[in-house]
Amino acid sequence: MAGVAVSTTINGDSVEYLCQPDETLLDVLRDRLGLTGAKEGCGTGDCGACSVILDDRLVCSCLVLGAEAEGRRIETVEGMAHGDKLHPLQQKFLEHAALQCGICTPGFLIAAKDLLAKNPDPTEEEIRFGLAGNLCRCTGYDKIVRAVQDAAHVMKGA
Amino acid sequence: MNFDPRFSGRKFASVGTRPIRPDGVDKVTGRARYGADFNMAGQLVGRVLRSPHAHAKIRKIDTSKAEALAGVKAVITAADLPDLTDGDAAMYDILDNCLARTKALYDGHAVAAVAAVDAHTARQALKLIEVDYEVLPHVTDVDEAMAHHAPLINDTVFTEGLEEKPVKPSNVTKRSQFGHGDVHQGFGHADFIVERSFKTEQTHQGYIEPHACVASVSSDGTAELWVCTQGHFVYRQHCAQLLGMEASKLRVTSSEIGGGFGGKTHVWAEPVALALSRKAGRPVKLVMTRDEVFRASGPTSATSIDVKIGARKDGTITAAEATLRYSSGPYAGAWAEVGAMTAFACYKLDNVKTVGYEVLVNRPKTAAYRAPSAPMAAFAVESAVDELAKELGIDPVEFRIRNAAQEGTQSSYGPVYGPIGIGPTLEAAKNHAHMKAPLKKNQGRGMACGFWFNFGGQTCTDLNIGMDGSVSLAVGTVDVGGSRASLSLVAAEELGIDYSQVKAIVADTSSLGYNDMTDGSRGTFSSSMATISAARNAIKTLRERAAQMWDISVDDVAWEQGHAVAKGEKHGNLGKLSLKEIAAQSGKTGGPIAGHSELVADGAGVSFATHICDVEVDPETGATRVIRYTVVQDAGKAVHPTYVEGQYQGGAAQGIGWALNEEYIYGKDGRLQNAGFLDYRIPVCSDLPMIDTQILEIPNPNHPYGVRGVGETSIVPPLAAIANAVSNAAGVRMTHIPMSPPRILAAIEAEREG
Repeated sequence: MAGVAVSTTINGDSVEYLCQPDETLLDVLRDRLGLTGAKEGCGTGDCGACSVILDDRLVCSCLVLGAEAEGRRIETVEGMAHGDKLHPLQQKFLEHAALQCGICTPGFLIAAKDLLAKNPDPTEEEIRFGLAGNLCRCTGYDKIVRAVQDAAHVMKGA
Repeated sequence: MNFDPRFSGRKFASVGTRPIRPDGVDKVTGRARYGADFNMAGQLVGRVLRSPHAHAKIRKIDTSKAEALAGVKAVITAADLPDLTDGDAAMYDILDNCLARTKALYDGHAVAAVAAVDAHTARQALKLIEVDYEVLPHVTDVDEAMAHHAPLINDTVFTEGLEEKPVKPSNVTKRSQFGHGDVHQGFGHADFIVERSFKTEQTHQGYIEPHACVASVSSDGTAELWVCTQGHFVYRQHCAQLLGMEASKLRVTSSEIGGGFGGKTHVWAEPVALALSRKAGRPVKLVMTRDEVFRASGPTSATSIDVKIGARKDGTITAAEATLRYSSGPYAGAWAEVGAMTAFACYKLDNVKTVGYEVLVNRPKTAAYRAPSAPMAAFAVESAVDELAKELGIDPVEFRIRNAAQEGTQSSYGPVYGPIGIGPTLEAAKNHAHMKAPLKKNQGRGMACGFWFNFGGQTCTDLNIGMDGSVSLAVGTVDVGGSRASLSLVAAEELGIDYSQVKAIVADTSSLGYNDMTDGSRGTFSSSMATISAARNAIKTLRERAAQMWDISVDDVAWEQGHAVAKGEKHGNLGKLSLKEIAAQSGKTGGPIAGHSELVADGAGVSFATHICDVEVDPETGATRVIRYTVVQDAGKAVHPTYVEGQYQGGAAQGIGWALNEEYIYGKDGRLQNAGFLDYRIPVCSDLPMIDTQILEIPNPNHPYGVRGVGETSIVPPLAAIANAVSNAAGVRMTHIPMSPPRILAAIEAEREG
């Protein structure tokens, strides 16, 4: 099979790659580019562990083809921190122990970042529905919701 | 030095604080490496071919076309994993589950596997493998499997544990019995008796990370395995045995683990990946799809339970009896046995009897799921207890308090309890504001208790002090949810230094002695015991080195708050030496300073919890919403309270999913119909309220800090607490889990029609 040549932007950097026409963006990120922060929990768009932001829109990268990234802008968890300074969401997830096993954490961080970009002052209910596309099996979501509330508070003050 | 594990009642400096976990930054930046995040040069992609039939004889497997496909480097069947189990029946079952030998025993049973240069080629190759099946009659329901006419899954199984040896084979592998007193006589003294039958459906642990491994077998017979597991030492033993290797030649490294809950305590894909790598001569990466996780890793048992409890008018239980039937998949298990042990463990009973039956069905082999077997037994028992309280006209909390087990009670499964937390959790629940909060229309409140044994087991730990005074702690229990933080706290506590000076890691199988797996809520309990022991050994060396530096007798050197202190008036001018100062001189005083520990962590303290739950049931649709939830549980000592809360909340959330939504749905053809997160729906963020927690600390006398396990008990009460709440809200007793909207509607309608 001939590869598809793709030029795209990932976390602000220009990136070029070849991928197969049937290859997902998640597979490209993980297997071709070594960006393994996005996880495959289901491969069917049900768990949100592979969440990335594609041109300001939250998507499951397992439901996007690698070839579709041509000319787009992709944000992954690897791009959230600035140097050694964590994003407020990352910091609050740590402080609130909003992760146990941590496999869902990159997806939650990306989904929460997208949520707060669109709604900087969400209610608990808006957070709960905003993150309903991401599965966590460890925490019962309590500490995740609190971390996002706290991060929103900090980010408003910033 | 002899290690004294007894509780000492010390005042804590580090233990009980809430620092950020040592593996935290890697996990929020995407740097942490889980099972599927690791690669080796030249690695191949492995894929597994699975049976589409629930029960079928495998007449022949033709792999020639797959082998001929360009890019395919190895194809294996059971013939490539010869039986080396030497009469070990449990290991033979594991082997047969890894690759079916003569029969496919469930939809999803592995029958062959390939390794190819890429995933596309591997998928193509699977389609080219021809399996000639002879489809056999199947049975997937636990009660139907016990019926006389049921298809036999294994005709060499004769029920164990019967008084008379059976003459006919059966799907019941074993009968077990627990209890004491005379239940017949006890029921004779009862004024009220409740007798009910209950069913629970099969659920999956639902960890978000599918099973994943990378196996690399070298031509010299050594091998490496990178894998997400709860117990890399156990995986090494099993893989080595199945592949005919020496354990020491197989180095297993546990990756970060993306959830396990008991489901990553069993090998499935790992021996297959090793066999593929051995045949192909290259590393092989094998990652399950979500569909494979549901169809072919281990869910919990489906159950059918009868309960009978009698009490006098004054609220004293006079007798309790239960018969528990648990599915174990197509292989023998001991799941009903555990259910039978836990069923009445919360209560002080003069007359109690439980009988368990292990039942074979054409479903995946049952695996442990967080306090395995206890939630279903608690659902049945706690539902009946609630109903009996109602009949007696006694408040359900009060009724439980009156009958709760205490220190000195002979438990329903045999041992006599030490200090335990069932009474205190009930009292705390009784006094909790949640209990007094008003309820609205269609809302109901329920509560229930739960018990779990907790385990200890074999544990080995290394504590190394660097020349800069920082401490590396290497443990062998996989960290499933923050134990590196809690164990660093324990090391800091014992050494008297700051948490930030300690870094804990999980060592691989070649770097540390054998450790049992992280199960039975043993991770923090047992590894903290070993860490304390290792730290005490290191302190002994630190004192010796200080004595050497001062040129005094070691007997005159004490260890206080991270410092060697010279004792006695004659040493009054010596002051003290910090751990850091002693470490800096170690090169001149005898070399590296370390503490080692290997022990069997006995004395795991049993754990109890009481949960309170409010639900709202829509009488039109049968949909249920949990609107408030409170967990009260005894932790012994909460080493890192935030992660203890997390365990309580996580267990409750899994219990809520189990109670209301989750179930394996099989078609008449014996195939699993909902092998994905869309149709097997675990709770999402918008389904749940905040989950309130209250940590009680009743010290475990058998641990220096009083620690008990905390991970599992929290999943035991929810099924019953929610069932009691739903029953109160809907006005009808719910007896079948999950209480999905159709089941609730059917129960309401049946009640209406009388």
